[in-house]
Amino acid sequence: MSAPQEAVIKMYAAREEIYPRETAGRYASLRWACVCLTQLLFYGLPWISYNGRQAVLFDLGARKFHLFGLVLWPQDFIYLAGLLIVCAYALFLVTTVAGRVWCGFACPQTVYTELFLWIERRIEGPRSARIRLDRQPWTLDKVGRKSAKHAAWLALALWTGFTFVGYFTPVESLMAGVRHLDLGPWETFWVLFYGLATYGNAGWLREQVCKYMCPYARFQSAMFDRDTLIVTYDRARGEPRRPLGRAAAPAGDPAAGDCIDCSLCVQVCPTGIDIRRGLQYECIGCAACVDGCNGVMEKIGKPAGLIRYATENALAGGWDAATVRRRLLRARVLGYAAVLALMSGAMAVSLALRVPLKVDVIRDRGSMGREVEGGRIENVYRLQLMNTSEEARLLRIAVSGLPGASIADAEVVEIGGAASRAMPVRVRADAGNAPGARRIAFTVSALDDPSVSVREEAAFIVPH
Amino acid sequence: MSDFTNGFWNWYIALVTLLSVAGCAILLWSQSTHKARIGADGQPETTTGHVWDEDLTELNTPMPRWWMVLFYLTIVFAVAYLVLYPGLGSYAGKLGWQSGRQYKAELKQADADYGPLFARYAGQSIEAVAADPQARAIGERMFMNYCAQCHGSDARGNKGFPNLTDGDWLHGGEPATIKATIMAGRVGRMPPMGAVLGSDKDIESVAHYVMNLSGAPADPIRVVFGKPKFAACAACHGAEGKGNPLLGAPNLSDKVWLYGGSAETVMETIRKGRVNTMPAFGEFLGEPKVHVLAAYVWSLSHPAQDRAVAAK
Repeated sequence: MSAPQEAVIKMYAAREEIYPRETAGRYASLRWACVCLTQLLFYGLPWISYNGRQAVLFDLGARKFHLFGLVLWPQDFIYLAGLLIVCAYALFLVTTVAGRVWCGFACPQTVYTELFLWIERRIEGPRSARIRLDRQPWTLDKVGRKSAKHAAWLALALWTGFTFVGYFTPVESLMAGVRHLDLGPWETFWVLFYGLATYGNAGWLREQVCKYMCPYARFQSAMFDRDTLIVTYDRARGEPRRPLGRAAAPAGDPAAGDCIDCSLCVQVCPTGIDIRRGLQYECIGCAACVDGCNGVMEKIGKPAGLIRYATENALAGGWDAATVRRRLLRARVLGYAAVLALMSGAMAVSLALRVPLKVDVIRDRGSMGREVEGGRIENVYRLQLMNTSEEARLLRIAVSGLPGASIADAEVVEIGGAASRAMPVRVRADAGNAPGARRIAFTVSALDDPSVSVREEAAFIVPH
Repeated sequence: MSDFTNGFWNWYIALVTLLSVAGCAILLWSQSTHKARIGADGQPETTTGHVWDEDLTELNTPMPRWWMVLFYLTIVFAVAYLVLYPGLGSYAGKLGWQSGRQYKAELKQADADYGPLFARYAGQSIEAVAADPQARAIGERMFMNYCAQCHGSDARGNKGFPNLTDGDWLHGGEPATIKATIMAGRVGRMPPMGAVLGSDKDIESVAHYVMNLSGAPADPIRVVFGKPKFAACAACHGAEGKGNPLLGAPNLSDKVWLYGGSAETVMETIRKGRVNTMPAFGEFLGEPKVHVLAAYVWSLSHPAQDRAVAAK
């Protein structure tokens, strides 16, 4: 009888807990710098005020986004599309040059996981202590440490949720609401939702988000080429591995590689992979293994860089840093850079030249044209005037395009700062214009600033 | 209530829905294990054996368990939904939810929210409401929604639709009359007078007489011939053509023309008559809202100082 030819295997598996060991080194410091920078910005921004109100406030109720001196209206939605395009190309460019550095250093998933890991290490101890703690039966100490950890996580997560909502509701009144325990139902929901999502993602799901949820992780390969900097293990230098203290491979054996198989690179990895097996989709490019390995190399008196940022071409051809740098100027990088520069430039120019006044002309549909004194023809329009600056303004309305075209109502109207106003406007034209729909143009301009002027076309109907 | 013309479709839809849900469950269950070939090392192989582009191999790597649980949760959700909401043929669902009922509940909620505001105005005279800036703003928004289609955004009307700002009223401009007009609507009826008056020449004469009443340029001879013929019109418009608000007959001696004041238009009006309708809004809006709307319409022909005096 032969052994069975097939075995039934399960197509799903429980997550195996990963206990990343804390690292110190160049890249760990860089990551902490990124964490501090992004989080100072995120937690701090809602508390800054500008011109007597919150500097950054996305007021959904009033449909106005305040960004310091800039007020964006729903009509400015195109800038969001522009911003997303700029972000996308920046991501493409950075990924082509240096792989997943966004993932490894600045992505909120990495940043919050880093913060949560820091708390975990302070309460439960280093990697070995945490593994031991999870394996041991429930004791008072374990219950205490676990509850302290989750309490600290929840506190940070809820503060994050609170800050997030603080971008949409004035943060001062939100704070008062928290203090007096009378937050609105939606504010409560979003604080809890965003807070618990942070808690779940950074505390429980961690690398699962990168491995199974994040689309970016899956399409990064489209931007990689053989000249992209990635975290790599220098196989030629490291193999064959030489475990320290193994009699079979005494120190100084010329055939032995530099890797001493200490497995530190695996222990520090937040996604639990072994970088020595080559580029894997789980690798988020955080370079924790680089820091780990460099520390070991220093201790055993070998040069750093057994695991390092290198390109596939550089590794295969043994290139020096200058050659790698020269390969930066390749078509793919230049193309992404050109589009990025173009889009950023277009965004900056259109924001700078933006007129803080918007005009919509809506012709009354029910009425065609009516005849008034002297056989003149009158049409009625509804003008929607939106003053997107912060100061009140006097606006002059003028109309042109037909003989004798004039406004039959007040030509100068006042409109408050960051306010909109709908008003009926009657336009008259001389008798004797040919019947049909004729083009006219409204020009609305500020009395105090001739550069603030908007022209809108409309149809003027001369009845038969 | 059923949208099906035949009982069969009810069962057909229900069956297809249930089979689809059951099919999803069976598919998930059958795909959660896999028969892998035993490799040379005595372990199950970790690849499916598929290779593309020279070196891309498809692995058998298991999915995370929580991910599979999410799939099963969608089935739990589907079953719960089908029990609670209408989804299985004509089965109404345990909650008895209907879009029509939800709409009615939302209307009721809106009435409860805004009712007190309108009730406060309903207790005041129309003149007093018209002097209240907030009430006028509410009235203006309602006017834009319900009235502007015909009377124009500026309320100055259009051919066939009266100007509401000129102080000239077909049925009377007292606040209570305006409210009655909005509540119950109006039908304006001018009978065709062509056959009564006689020939085209007679009609033209009456038209010139009518134009002369408001001082418009008219042929003096036609005016003389038209005067006796106007007796047929005087029943409604009065001997002097001043009109009669009780009948909705317009004043012909002012410069306001609902359909136009040229000789051809006036002749057309006389020959064929006119029928016009203002729809009733009482049932649709309810009296408290019409009260505020009437105040806004009244305010259009009364400048601010008049409104303040009238309110006292």
